[in-house]
Amino acid sequence: MRRFSLTTLVKQAMNAHAGWERQWRNPEPKASYDAVIVGGGGHGLATAYYLAKEHGLTNVAVLERGWIGGGNTGRNTTIVRSNYLYDESAGLYEHAMKLWEGLSQDLNYNVMFSQRGVLMLAHNVHDVQSFKRHIYANRLNGVDNEWLSAEECKAFCPPLTLDPNIRYPVMGGALQRRGGTARHDAVAWGYARGADARGVDIIQNCEVLGLKRNRDGSVAGVETSRGFIGAKRVGVVAAGHTSVVMNRFGLRMPLESFPLQALVSEPVKPVFPCVVMSNAVHAYISQSDKGELVIGAGTDQYVSYSQQGGIHITNHTLDAICELFPQFTRMRMLRSWGGIVDVTPDRSPIIGKTEVSGLYVNCGWGTGGFKATPGSGHVFAHTIATGEPHKINAPFALDRFRTGRLIDEAAAAAVAH
Amino acid sequence: MLVITCPNCGDRPELEFRCGGEAHIARPQTPAELDDGQWGAFLFTRTNPKGVHAERWIHQHGCGRWFNALRDTVSDRLIATYPMGTPRPDAGAGAAPSSPASPTSQP
Repeated sequence: MRRFSLTTLVKQAMNAHAGWERQWRNPEPKASYDAVIVGGGGHGLATAYYLAKEHGLTNVAVLERGWIGGGNTGRNTTIVRSNYLYDESAGLYEHAMKLWEGLSQDLNYNVMFSQRGVLMLAHNVHDVQSFKRHIYANRLNGVDNEWLSAEECKAFCPPLTLDPNIRYPVMGGALQRRGGTARHDAVAWGYARGADARGVDIIQNCEVLGLKRNRDGSVAGVETSRGFIGAKRVGVVAAGHTSVVMNRFGLRMPLESFPLQALVSEPVKPVFPCVVMSNAVHAYISQSDKGELVIGAGTDQYVSYSQQGGIHITNHTLDAICELFPQFTRMRMLRSWGGIVDVTPDRSPIIGKTEVSGLYVNCGWGTGGFKATPGSGHVFAHTIATGEPHKINAPFALDRFRTGRLIDEAAAAAVAH
Repeated sequence: MLVITCPNCGDRPELEFRCGGEAHIARPQTPAELDDGQWGAFLFTRTNPKGVHAERWIHQHGCGRWFNALRDTVSDRLIATYPMGTPRPDAGAGAAPSSPASPTSQP
């Protein structure tokens, strides 16, 4: 891997940028690997990267049905924050936040992580009380989060209206200043490049069709569209398709997959300085470095793998955006799309072992997995390498749906991810 | 937005309905005899198929009655609606979860 630096940039500039090499190889699958990761999204690639970097496990393959970063990694609204209510969640997402803060340097790849602040708006007394509870809980966990009055919200985000006559006037907000956005594709590419440089094989257009097990029940390898690939350990990180993959392995999961939509506007000059979320009216918005307003909508109510959702879902979000930011009412939307998100009953992810020896799963990130990408990969790599969960992901075991030890973020906070 | 055929009211827009999740999950007759694994599976484990799915819907802003529907989760096309308490119309026709290595219809 050629490191990116000012010197290499200057050299390439003088050579009309004709000398850049491919950033990762396109290898044929080997007969077997020490570990196989199923799913080449951000979480899967991060897992492979940390397996190689932190655990010295380099005989690893990432198997991707389509192309890397082509699923939810390339479809989300790129918001990063860590102000979750419960200790377990705060631990997990703050672990990711700390990795985000050094990620570009670590990967030698600019993931354009921008800590521009994530502001969550309160529109009623319940919101105010709930957010203040969040703020105090976050502080106890060492996670920054602060209360802003309505006027302070307006000062932080000038496009916001404080009109008292709108249906849900702004009563204040919780601000995580360390939150922000990152360039989603760059995260996948940076991890892919870093993993590849350490010997990981990234194999695209390779669909996993089944699991082969040894006589003692442990994992022997995976059947794929490109033939059998042996593996001592298999980690499934297939997001919305985790149920499909695990079903092929003969396992049923506590997951349901829903379409989640996002849309972007025509690009305009810098107008929106931060990320604003509103759970009550269901809208979240930021501006990309290209100038597009990036807007997130909700999930449809039914299970679907269609990667498109109902237009009433996006309309509902745009109604809220137009009410909160009247200056955007005449903006035109350029594109909208859907991603398939796998949702658990308690809206917290599953990261850990399964009943099959050597088979691990990292799924259930629902509507908010992007923000956790580095932390998710980091603790999942630890789980696969050592056979036991990291203390951060231990509470997120699949087993909690048997023991009842749920991490019920959704019920506690009506939290939008 | 889907157009859903309510067995009582006919074709109506999805906005009038609420989806009640996977159908045909019977509450165990003797809950006290179940172990934690079985109870957890009843509460939380779902088929979540990529393909034909049997699910419950209620015509909330219409007749107010529950019914079941078969829907393809890849195309979102509704295949059939049928009354609660009756077996799925495609039962036996390779319904439920797709077998391993079966090709999955569309990308």
